[in-house]
Amino acid sequence: MLQEMRAVASEASGGDQKSLLTLRDVGKSFSNGVTALRNVDLTIGQGDFVSLLGPSGCGKSTALRIIAGLSTPTTGMLDWHGGQGRSDIGFVFQEPTLLPWASVFDNVWLPLRLRGVSREKATPAIREMIDRVHLSGFEDAMPRELSGGMKMRVSIARGLVTKPRLLLMDEPFAALDEITRFKLNNDLLELWQDERFTVVFVTHSVFESVFLSNRIVVMAARPGRVFREISVDAPYPRDEAFRTSPDYATLCRETSQVLGEAITLGGGAHDGH
Amino acid sequence: MTAIEPQAGTVPLDPEEARRVRAARLERIGKWVLPLAIMVLAVWLWDRICVWNEIPRYILPRPGEVVATLYTDAGLLFGSLLVTLRITFLSLLLAVAGGVGLAVLFAQSKWVEMSFFPFAVILQVTPIVAVFPLINIYVDNQTAKLLLCAWIVAFFPILSNTTLGLNSVDRNLIDLFRLNGATRWQELWHLRLPAAMPYFLGGLKIAGGLSLIGAVVAEFVAGTSGQSSGLASRIIEAGYRLNAPRLFAALILISFTGIVIFLALTLVSHLVLRRWHESALRQER
Ligand SMILES: Nc1ncnc2c1ncn2[C@@H]1O[C@H](COP(=O)(O)OP(=O)(O)O)[C@@H](O)[C@H]1O
Ligand SMILES: [Mg+2]
Repeated sequence: MLQEMRAVASEASGGDQKSLLTLRDVGKSFSNGVTALRNVDLTIGQGDFVSLLGPSGCGKSTALRIIAGLSTPTTGMLDWHGGQGRSDIGFVFQEPTLLPWASVFDNVWLPLRLRGVSREKATPAIREMIDRVHLSGFEDAMPRELSGGMKMRVSIARGLVTKPRLLLMDEPFAALDEITRFKLNNDLLELWQDERFTVVFVTHSVFESVFLSNRIVVMAARPGRVFREISVDAPYPRDEAFRTSPDYATLCRETSQVLGEAITLGGGAHDGH
Repeated sequence: MTAIEPQAGTVPLDPEEARRVRAARLERIGKWVLPLAIMVLAVWLWDRICVWNEIPRYILPRPGEVVATLYTDAGLLFGSLLVTLRITFLSLLLAVAGGVGLAVLFAQSKWVEMSFFPFAVILQVTPIVAVFPLINIYVDNQTAKLLLCAWIVAFFPILSNTTLGLNSVDRNLIDLFRLNGATRWQELWHLRLPAAMPYFLGGLKIAGGLSLIGAVVAEFVAGTSGQSSGLASRIIEAGYRLNAPRLFAALILISFTGIVIFLALTLVSHLVLRRWHESALRQER
């Protein structure tokens, strides 16, 4: 039955669009005996906004780290179409993880700096990125002077300053209040539509995943695996009107149901981790 | 919105808030006045005890006499102070170089750290006074002797603190650096060293005091053979001659030096960290 679902899922994501990356039968076991992922097949299309949705401990972060090359899969493999790999990835963590001793400007500079780009050469790109996340005027501020939402904006600017084709985000807004989260959701979508990068977005919020993504990959735990894929057909741009529309409500309800099934299947009674 | 925001200066403070302001102001004044007052009182008592008990000056001189000696023996005492300061600063410098250098080496590999850290601990826990006779035999140069001695005492807090700092970097930041293809050198320079800075500065503050102690102790041990001209040898000499006022004057100079070193390093630490580290932030409520 699971096999069937996966077949359906990969068919749904196939289509005419070019794919960026395929995970083939990826599995990951840790030395402590935990199987974080098993038999994960997943294709990420170019320009996709894919959400990985699932209860905590179902291997979402592990999957993201494997895609980023920060962790190697125990079984299976990653196929990059178009030959690029790690150098073309931006990563945004759950915490802003900024350098506390560096200004906003220098934090956004970091990925370019590590690639050997001088401050002068990088300045236009940095300024543009800071502007895109609505932080103009805060270039010289230190991280501790910023609110949680602003720090996350810096983190996003840092993730995008190299113009990566793939942006990986691990529950980036989970620690923020709802108003800030909504704003950042809107701004992220706007960026995504303008720049046409691909996003893999880890979340455990049904509402967030439905609002943002065109594809939701629902995962189940113990062992972590893909449970079902949902495609969200609502058109972009999505704005506050979409958030209050009946369509959105229906989609959220359906997604919640699938997530509920996934949790039951994964023995969600004890939430562990 | 504006209705509930009190405008600065127009709304009178409620009694509780006013009390808080008064208490804060008193505390600010008391922080300076109280220790000063106690100090003055202690010096006055010292003077009175000398007078009341008719203690001879070669046993306990009156404070006034000590101050007078500081002035009359200034040439001798400050010359010796310079000798001691030179050893102190050189050994602190070497302690920084050695401590940070070793810490960076340790950070390169867990194996190196596991192999060599115990040696550092052994050096640290063995009382320097007991080791010095050996140094005295093996090292000829007088300055080198004192430096080595002070260095052994001072380098450890820098080494252990910096090692801790280099290893306490946010895992995600390390991942971010790896993701962006950072070299080991970049990771060290742009991430580990800045992250270790607060720890290093904490160690430096301790090491500053220890290098003075190390220098003085080394002089004491060496000074008994009349080879040294630092403050410690002035103290020994004054002891032999029952010149208590000079002994006290030298003692005061040493502790004053210790205080200045501590304050200077605290200032350095504050200046370096003030833009980003919690420890250097003014309390804002
Ligand atoms: N480095 C690791 N070593 C051992 N177990 C791990 C490690 N990383 C994750 N796990 C385990 O793998 C499972 C999946 O973790 P994770 O991918 O972080 O889940 P999620 O992000 O969905 O909450 C969990 O049971 C977790 O405890
Ligand atoms: Mg996670």
